Amino acid sequence: MKFLHQFLEKNIKPTFDKGGKLEKLYPAYDAIETFLFVPAHGTHNGVHVRDGIDLKRTMVTVIIALIPCLLFGMYNTGYQHFLAQGQAADFWEMFLFGAAKVLPIVVVSYAVGLGVEFLMAVIKGSQVEEGFLVSGMLIPLCLPADIPLWMVAIATIFGVVIGKEVFGGTGMNILNPALTVRAFLFFAYPTYMSGDQVWHADGAFSGTVDAVTGATALGDAASKVEISTIMDKYDMYASFIGTIPGSVGETSVVACLIGAFILLWTGIASWRVMLSMVVGGYTMGLIFNAFGVNTLMQISALHHLLIGGFAFGCVFMATDPVSAAQTSSGKYIYGFLCGFLGIMIRVFNPAYPEGIMLAILFMNVMAPLIDHYVVDANIKRRNKRLQLASK
Amino acid sequence: MSETKKKAPFFGKKEKKLITDPFDDSNPITVQVLGICSALAITVQLKPSVVMTLSVIFVMVFSSFIISVLRNLIPSRVRIIVQLVVVAFLVTVVNEFLKAYQYDVFKQLSVFVGLIITNCIVMGRLEAFALGNKPFPAIIDAFGNALGYGIILIIVSFFRELFGSGKLWGIQVVPDSFYDFGYVNNGLMILPPMALITVGILIWIQRSRNTALIEEN
Repeated sequence: MKFLHQFLEKNIKPTFDKGGKLEKLYPAYDAIETFLFVPAHGTHNGVHVRDGIDLKRTMVTVIIALIPCLLFGMYNTGYQHFLAQGQAADFWEMFLFGAAKVLPIVVVSYAVGLGVEFLMAVIKGSQVEEGFLVSGMLIPLCLPADIPLWMVAIATIFGVVIGKEVFGGTGMNILNPALTVRAFLFFAYPTYMSGDQVWHADGAFSGTVDAVTGATALGDAASKVEISTIMDKYDMYASFIGTIPGSVGETSVVACLIGAFILLWTGIASWRVMLSMVVGGYTMGLIFNAFGVNTLMQISALHHLLIGGFAFGCVFMATDPVSAAQTSSGKYIYGFLCGFLGIMIRVFNPAYPEGIMLAILFMNVMAPLIDHYVVDANIKRRNKRLQLASK
Repeated sequence: MSETKKKAPFFGKKEKKLITDPFDDSNPITVQVLGICSALAITVQLKPSVVMTLSVIFVMVFSSFIISVLRNLIPSRVRIIVQLVVVAFLVTVVNEFLKAYQYDVFKQLSVFVGLIITNCIVMGRLEAFALGNKPFPAIIDAFGNALGYGIILIIVSFFRELFGSGKLWGIQVVPDSFYDFGYVNNGLMILPPMALITVGILIWIQRSRNTALIEEN
């Protein structure tokens, strides 16, 4: 390692330093150097203790937390494929088939996203920010496995530029970039993002087999299938384990829970957001159960939390520390409304079965407002206390 | 000396500036952010945008001329009402004309032809320029501003129609072989949010070229 460092410092750095040949590409060099070696930032004045954790390590932890979802998503992609084909296949066949479907999306997402980040950093002359490391993994996980790769590429460019860079890059974005990508695809190419034909790899669009229909639980429920059929097809156990059709990483609640455990244990995600989002979704589910006029309303509140992207959105999307509310009590409100509105959109507007995405994006926009009023209330309360004390 | 100064050239620097300014330095949409509403609503296709541009040019040029001619007769307390009457009269003419000769475009534009009356650019130029200037500069100013508005409309609708429905002026330009290869029209381009984003990108490009426009924080 020492040798590598010396090599970088001596032979490569001068080309990128001021006056060097490739001065303009310094951000790119810097990104690689800091990726290989921890940046030696220290505190310069005062006696502040600086934790060893930096943005890069935070991001890597989230990626580790996402791995269970990714692996299960690969398996499930294969599982759903062979199930629809009516073929028997062993575990490795399913897994490898799924991996061959999912990995290209991951590669495209990272290549395009990091490419845009490098480009923007060179244009701005700033450091390459690590923010995309997580987004690049979230993007493939929230898409159907059958999505054409060029759509992923376009949407990733859109998500990184419009979702993040125009606001000033990592840490400044209002919206969650990965969800921006998903929302873009959802509205731009709806036939590839929803309906009953996209959830099987090699399903309707490749033409190799007859169109395989297989809606998601929510798609079925929205098309007024009887509640008993839903319960049969997507029972609690299958929805919990995740062997149901859906986007790559979102189906398995178990995998999301493992991720949630890692994130909470390392203290990276906010338990306040997760807890209140589950409570919010459950409350809305109960309210709908009380009415129970159509299939979507009859799905039990607990089941609502297991199907669709609720668990994935709750653990990985809503807790994004940048776009979520920053204040502690703001996080409760933010999380609760994410869950509450998510289930509400899902039930009231069957055209948008994935209400969680829209709810989280909406609450991302509202988060600064929530923070503003929480801070405001705090100032008022303390002012009052001050007045009482001075009387 | 003073004699020659009074006799400014018929189409001098000042007049030229009145036309070129609205294209860049004081573009009604990207700099003054006026007339955004119609710019978002009718730019799905190229044809309605061009028709809208022509309508706005017509309304602005003639209303500026009329107001400028009448500027010394209008009591300042009722000037807004007078302006409205003039603009509304011209818009009605445009409305009837489109209904008679371009019915399909008229239906696409629907309420937005009528809403030219309330287009901030029209009233803004009447208030700010036509009321205090002679007819000729007023006409040039109105023409320049309407064109500055229209050029943005046409650019936005060009990209929206091209990527949103693969057509230009209603004629398919994206070849069929693209579609066979798996290309799909971008549905988001047809929705109004994308018009806003396209205008935003135009503003971005304009300001990175013309740094004088960047506001200080």
